[in-house]
Amino acid sequence: MTEERKHTISLLVDNESGVLSRVAGLFSGRGFNIESLCVAETLDPEFSRITLVTRGNERIIEQINKQLNKLINVVKVTDLTETEFAEREMALVKVRAKEEHRAEILRIVDIFRCKVVDVSPAYYTVEVTGSDEKIAAILGLLKQIGIKEIARTGAIALAREAKK
Amino acid sequence: MEVLKEEGVDTIFGFPGGVIIDINDELDKTDIRYVLVRHEQAAVHAADGYARAKGKVGVCLVTSGPGATNTVTGIASAYMDSIPVVVFTGQVPTALIGNDAFQEVDIVGITRPCTKHNYLVKDPEKLAETVREAFHLARSGRPGPVLVDLPKDVSQSKINFKMPPPPKIKSYCPHTEPHKQQLERAIKLILKAKKPVIFAGGGVILSGAYKELTKFAKKLNIPVTASLMGLGGFPGTDRLWLGMIGMHGTYRANMSTGACDLLLGIGVRFDDRVTGKIDTFAQNAKIIHIDIDPTSIQKNVPITIPIVGDCKIALKKLNKLIEKVDLQESLKSRPNWLKQIEEWKSTTPLAYEQKDVIKPQFVVEKLYELTKGKAIITTEVGQNQMWAAQYYHFDQPNHFITSGGLGCMGFGFPAAIGAQLACPKKTVIDIAGDGSIQMNIQELIVAVSNKLPVKVAILNNRYLGMVRQWQQLFYGKRYAATDIEAAPDFVKVAEAYGAVGLRATRPEEVEETIKKALATPKTVIMDFVVEREECVYPMVPAGKAITEMLLA
Repeated sequence: MTEERKHTISLLVDNESGVLSRVAGLFSGRGFNIESLCVAETLDPEFSRITLVTRGNERIIEQINKQLNKLINVVKVTDLTETEFAEREMALVKVRAKEEHRAEILRIVDIFRCKVVDVSPAYYTVEVTGSDEKIAAILGLLKQIGIKEIARTGAIALAREAKK
Repeated sequence: MEVLKEEGVDTIFGFPGGVIIDINDELDKTDIRYVLVRHEQAAVHAADGYARAKGKVGVCLVTSGPGATNTVTGIASAYMDSIPVVVFTGQVPTALIGNDAFQEVDIVGITRPCTKHNYLVKDPEKLAETVREAFHLARSGRPGPVLVDLPKDVSQSKINFKMPPPPKIKSYCPHTEPHKQQLERAIKLILKAKKPVIFAGGGVILSGAYKELTKFAKKLNIPVTASLMGLGGFPGTDRLWLGMIGMHGTYRANMSTGACDLLLGIGVRFDDRVTGKIDTFAQNAKIIHIDIDPTSIQKNVPITIPIVGDCKIALKKLNKLIEKVDLQESLKSRPNWLKQIEEWKSTTPLAYEQKDVIKPQFVVEKLYELTKGKAIITTEVGQNQMWAAQYYHFDQPNHFITSGGLGCMGFGFPAAIGAQLACPKKTVIDIAGDGSIQMNIQELIVAVSNKLPVKVAILNNRYLGMVRQWQQLFYGKRYAATDIEAAPDFVKVAEAYGAVGLRATRPEEVEETIKKALATPKTVIMDFVVEREECVYPMVPAGKAITEMLLA
C-alpha cells in the first residue's frame, strides 16, 4: 500500500445543472474525500472546469480518476499531480486593525504581495493569493493581530506548457 | 413514440398516473405491448428480466412522485447487475418543479448514484435526441439503467418531429477493443501456467461471449468457475466446470482458486461475496483481468495484466492468438491439476440427505431433471437463490436471472413475468422462498391476466432462511425477527388470483407436483413444504478466506 498523497485533479465537464452534484455525489458515495473544489465556466460556455484537491494512496487515486472518467458529463480528467502545474488559492481575511497594528498589517501585506481591498475604522480586509502554504503562513501572522473572519477559495490549477 | 419504435421497443412495463396520461394515451395507439403491473418496483424488475432473457433493452413507464420512488429498488438492482433498462418517469410541469407540487419528487437527484446516467428533459425539441441517447447509454459499454424524467408540459407539447441521427456523446466512448500487447502478454502467462483457473462473470453473459469462452477453455483445457452472475456463461455440465465460486461456492471451485497459479477473470468485478478475505484471495496466483469497465480493474484485487475491453472481442482475439501456437508443452501439466480438482470434487461434493421431510435442494434437483435443464430460472434472494445456483446446472447463457449485486427480495417473480414475455415458448420458473415471494406477490394478477404460464416454486421453510442460517451459526440460534410461521396459504392465494395452486408436503409428492405444474399452461404456484432448518453449504463465514469453508 503506497503512502497517502495530495492530488490536484482538473476536470472538464459539461456546463449543465446536476453535474457538480454527480461529481460531489461520487466522492461522498464512495467514501473519497474532497479537500477543496472550485468550479467555473470555461471560455466555451458549453463546458465548466472543476479543480478539486483530494488525498489518497495510489489505488484510491486510480479509482477516483477512473470513476470520474466514467461519469457521462465528464469530458476530460487530468491528474495534475503527475505533471508540472501552476496552482493558486485565494483568501479574503478580515483583520482587526487597531491603530497600533495598522502599520504592521500593511508591512505583512507588502511582504506577502497581498492587497487591502476594504478598509473600515476597525477592520482591514486583505486579499491574498498563492499556494496553500503561503496562505497558511500569512494567516499564522495575522492571527496574532486578530482575525474576525475569512473566506477561502479552493485551489485552481492549470498544467504548465512546455518551456521550448 | 417514433423513437421507441426505432429502438425496437415492443414491450413496456408500467403503471399510470396524472402526469403521464398523455404518454399512455399515445402509447395505446401503437402496437407496443403495455404491461400494467401492480407496483412500480415490479415494473423495473420485469423490464430487467425481459432484458436479460432477450438480450435487449427493457423499458418502463411510471408516473411522478411515488411512482418514481417505487422504481428506485428496481433501478438499483439493475445498476448493480449492469442490466440495460430505460425508465421513463413522469414529472410535474417544468413551471412547478421545485415548488413541492403534488406528486413531485426530485427523481433525477434520487437516482443519480444508482443509474448509469439520467436526464430531466426540459425542452421538447430535445426529447427525441435524449431518448436515443438513453437507449444508447443503456445498452453500450458496461450496460446499465438510464432514467428519463418527463415533465407533463414536455410530453404534452407538439413539435415537428424528425428522427435524430444515432447519438454521439463526446465524453462517452466505451473502450471495447482490447490492447493487442496486453493480450499477447496474457497469452504468454496463460501458456506458462501450470494450474490455471478461469473465473467468468456477468460480463461473459452480457457480451454474449459464451461460445468464445467455451472454445478457449476447452482448447487450453482450463477449468472454469463463475460468479453468481456468470452462471450459464460456460456449460454447467462440462467436465471442466468447477461450479460457482465464493461464499456459497463449491469446495472444488474455492479450493482451486486458492491453489491456482493463474486466475483469468473475465467480465467480473471481484465482489466481496466472491473473494472472501481479500488479501488471501487467489494468493498464489497472478491475475489477468478482462473487463469493459476500467473502474472494475484494480478496484478490489491487484491485477498482473489488466485488459480493458469487451469480453467477447477479447476472447475472440485470444482464441486467434493460440491458433498458431504449439500447445503441447503448455498442456503437459494439466492432467495433474485436473486430477487434484477431481479429488476435491469426489471427497467434498455438494451434498444433502433426503429423508422424511422434503429437502429444498431435492426440489431444485427435481426441477432441473424434469425441465431437462432447459428452463429459464429466476430466483428471489437468500437460500432459495443459492440452492438454485448450486443445484440447477446451467448449460446456456441468459437462462439464470437473479438479483446478484443488490440481492433484492421480490425480484424473481416480476423478473419471471418479464422473461416469459420475452420468451413466450420457454418454461420460466421462479425459484422462491416463502419470505421473498411475499414481497411482490401482487404481480400474480399480472401473470394471470396476461395468460403467462410462469411457474413459481416456493421452498417454504416458514423462515427468512438465510438470515436464520446466520443466526444459527453465529448468533447462538437466536432467531430474532426471522420466524415467519404466520404466513398465508399460498395455494389459496394462487386460487384467489385465478392461478393454480399446488402443494407438496412429502418427498414422494415432489416429482408429481412439478410434472403437474409443467403440464398446466397457466400461472402455477407450487408450495413445497421443506425442512425448516436446512442450511446452505458450503459456506465461507464473513471475513474468512474462501478456502475456509463450513461444510455442514
